[in-house]
Formats: sequence, C-alpha cells, structure tokens
Amino acid sequence: MLGKRGSRPAGRTWGFWGTFLPPFLWLSGFYLVPLGVLLSYAFLRHEYVTILPEFTWDNFHQIAQGVGYRHTLLRTVGVASLVTLIDLILAFPAAYCLAFQAGRFKGLLSLLILLPLWSSYLVRVFAWRIILGTNGILNSLLVTLGVLEQPSPWFLYNLFSMTVTLCYVWLPFMVLPLVTALERLPRRLLEAAADLGAAPWQGFRQVTLPLVLPGLLAGCLSVFSLTLGDYITPTLIGGSGDILVGNLVASQFGVAANWPLGSAFAVLMLGLLFTLMVFLARRGVLENL
Amino acid sequence: MNALLALWTGLVYLFLYLPIGVIVLFSFSQGRVLALPIRGWTLDWYRQALSDDRLRSGLLTSLEVAAAATGLALVLGSLGAFALQRYTIPGRPALRTLVVLPIILPGILTGVAMLSGFAALDIPLGLTTVIAGHVTIGLPVVLNTVAARVARLPQSLEEAAADLGATPWQTFWQVVFPNLRSALTAGGLLAFTLSFDEIIVTLFLTGEDNTLPMEIWARLRFGMTPAINATVSLILGFSLALALISQRLALTQPLKD
Repeated sequence: MLGKRGSRPAGRTWGFWGTFLPPFLWLSGFYLVPLGVLLSYAFLRHEYVTILPEFTWDNFHQIAQGVGYRHTLLRTVGVASLVTLIDLILAFPAAYCLAFQAGRFKGLLSLLILLPLWSSYLVRVFAWRIILGTNGILNSLLVTLGVLEQPSPWFLYNLFSMTVTLCYVWLPFMVLPLVTALERLPRRLLEAAADLGAAPWQGFRQVTLPLVLPGLLAGCLSVFSLTLGDYITPTLIGGSGDILVGNLVASQFGVAANWPLGSAFAVLMLGLLFTLMVFLARRGVLENL
Repeated sequence: MNALLALWTGLVYLFLYLPIGVIVLFSFSQGRVLALPIRGWTLDWYRQALSDDRLRSGLLTSLEVAAAATGLALVLGSLGAFALQRYTIPGRPALRTLVVLPIILPGILTGVAMLSGFAALDIPLGLTTVIAGHVTIGLPVVLNTVAARVARLPQSLEEAAADLGATPWQTFWQVVFPNLRSALTAGGLLAFTLSFDEIIVTLFLTGEDNTLPMEIWARLRFGMTPAINATVSLILGFSLALALISQRLALTQPLKD
C-alpha cells in the first residue's frame, strides 16, 4: 500500500509541511491531546464532584474490588468476541459471493450493504424491539407455526437480544473490508493454483486466506472495537443487568459525574485495544481499515 | 457449493433488511403501539412527520453538521493522504497508525476524550464542538480512501505535467484532482454518512441544538411513535434514490481505474 517508489524525502519543503501540518495539528489538538487529558484523569483523585490534582491508583483499586465492575468487563470482552466471530461467519461467504459471483450486480449489492447505515442507527436498534418483543414479529411467527403456544418474553432484554442486535448493527463494517480485500486478490494466482492441481479447498486455504487475512483482521478489529465501545444498544435492547463497559464510562461521565473513575475504565479499554493493535500491526492490518 | 454460497448471502441480506422492512412497515400502521397485530393502514404518520417542527429542525441541523464536517474532513484528509503517501518521513508507519486511531478506537473514547479536552479549556459545548467531533471521525476515513488512490497514482504523471510547464496549482487541478475524484466521492460519502447518523460521540459533545439522532434519542425514552418510523423511511427512500442515481451515473460513465 505504501508506495515507496518515487516518494520524496520530506525535507523542509513547503509541499510537505503544507500538506502534513493541517491534518496533524487537527488530530493532535482535537484527539491526541484530549486523549492524554482523559488518561491523566484516571490517575487523579475524585472527591464529591471535584477532581483533585493528586496522583492516585484509587480508581483502579475501586474497579478491582468491585465484583460488578469485574463482571461487566468480562461480559464486555466476551460479548465483543462473540459478536466479532458471528459477524465474520456471516460476512465472509457473503463477501466472497459479492467479490466473485455477483457479476454486474456487484456495485448494487455492495451499495445495499452500506445503505442500512443511511437510516438511523437508533431506529434500527429499536426495530429489534419490535421483532423480538412479546407482541413482536418472531413471537407471532412462532405461535402461528405452532412452535410456541403463547408469545414468550424470552427473546428481548437479555444477552441474546443484545448480541443479535450488536451483530446486526456492526455487520457492514465486517463485510466492506472483506469485499475490498477479496477484490484485490489477483485472479491469476487462484487460476495458477488450480492449474497446478490445488483442490478448491487447498487454493482457498493456501492462497486466498493468507492474502485476505489483513482485510479480514481489519474487519474483526473494527467490529470488536465498535462493540466494545457501544453503550446505546445495551441501554435499548439489553437486560438491566447486562450493561457493557461503555455504559460504565458513559454514566461516570454523565449522571454519576465521576470522571476519574470513568477515565480508569477508558484506560482499560485503551489498554486492551492497544495490545490487539500491536499484534495486528505486524500483519499490515492497520492499512486495511 | 455456489448455490449454497448464494443462499447464505441471501440470508445475510435478509438479516440486514429485516429491521429496515419492519421500520417501513410500521410507518404505515394505524396504531400508536409498535407491535403486532397491525390493525389498519394510514399515511397519517407521514403527515405528522412532515409537519413536526422539531424533527424537521433536527434533520436540517444534521444536514448542516454533516456538510460542514464532511467539507473539513475532505480537505484535511486529502492533505494528510498526500503528506503520508508522497513523502518519505521517518516513522511513517507510526504516524499512519496515529492518524487512523479515531476510527480504530471506539467512538465513546473519542467522545469522552474531546469532552475532557473542551472542559479543560472551558470551551462551551454546542454545534461547533459536535462538528469538531465529526471531523475527527471523518478525517481518517477520507485519508484512508484517498491514500489508497494516491498510492496507485503514478507520480510520473505529475512530473510530466511539471516538465511540460504546468504550475503546481495547474498540475493539481488538471492532472491529480480528476484522478482522485472517485476516491474523494467515496470518502466524502462515507464521512457524510457517519456524521449524519452519529450519536455515540455526539451525546458527549452536544449543547442545546439537537441533531436528528439526538432528537430521536430524546423521544425514545418516552417510547417511540410511528412518526419517527415515517421520518426514517423518508430519509431512507431519499438516500436510496440518490444512491441508485449515482450508481446509474457510475455505470454509464465508467471510472478510469
């Protein structure tokens, strides 16, 4: 991706600084420095509603000692991993079909993956209440089919409904990088593998998969990270006991007004994602986002 | 095998469009409650949605915010793409990673980080801070898309233009820009889409004026009405029409790639 050919050394040229400084200053001022400020709060003491400029590990002790906090962190990682896995299983065959078999409908079908993002995220999440609710679509279907005798409240406000909805809202972010990666695959390589006697499965495992791996992992990282930070879907669709770490952050920065504790949760989230990124960066995943 | 693949793909599309179908279906439902059975059909919710001032002003605010954010993201993102793609800089991979952090890390971190930053500087929250948030998300999106295109654009084109006496300005507008148009459209469209529907970051940065998602969020707490379904259906129909038209144009004018 990074074409070394023909690139110029960045001396003290106007061209370089003119193009580099505006976006860099924007991201530093609005993102990197604020992120630093946020991280620093995690190590400050909180008293009533004020933040005291005093170094402390208190916020992390508080998390380590809170059973509820620990469970929420574990639940978040579990749900995010599960959602990533399910989305990968859903998306890979679809992306493969789109890249290789859709023919002249490829453009239209790719567009249809993106189109749901143009309706409202909130309303799409809410639609799952209509589908899974007691008087919902799923229940009427199951009662009509005779699977259930009476509508059941089992499908909504629990880990199941939350997982389904999260898989649903973040699925396009798995499909799109996969389609891009599969499209970039040199066809001749696949043909060569077949000509040299590779079975379709072998060709897939030894040629296709290694080449699309960066795109695949990029999709996984996106979905994992989006799920990790979602606090809206758990609020609307999850059970009262099924909150995720995003809800803890949001409430500490909102009604609970304990920014240092909220920042400590944010630091844990960042730590996990940075660890993942270090592993994935080596595989060239970050250029495929 | 191929049939199985097509079947699976069909099911994935069904999964993607089931909730959308439900939203549209209930926008025509007579009852106020969003549950089965549907007792009758009506267009009243559309009338109500179109005459609802708060929904309309939310929509306008969202369009303004998205337009401003996309414009800034396009300029800053393209500049960044050139800087990182056309010059050899020490530590380029690290810079590249730093630049895409806002789309790798979850939005909630962007939201609380920017909130902390603005609070530290006593900057009041409002539409300006919301736009700043959306630019920060849109910039890496544009940068990624444009950088991928710049990487495939032979530099010899620019050199040839320069050799033939074009000024850098002319070279950019007459040689580089036409080649970037499709990437800029794609990146801009994605940035606009993300901004138009943004709620996770916006909730932390918003002041008094509501964007459409914020207005919907405020209403969801009191229960949703089919008027919201009608609004969303209208937006969806409109964007579908736009998308199909642009698709049509793209088909009749094949992009050089």
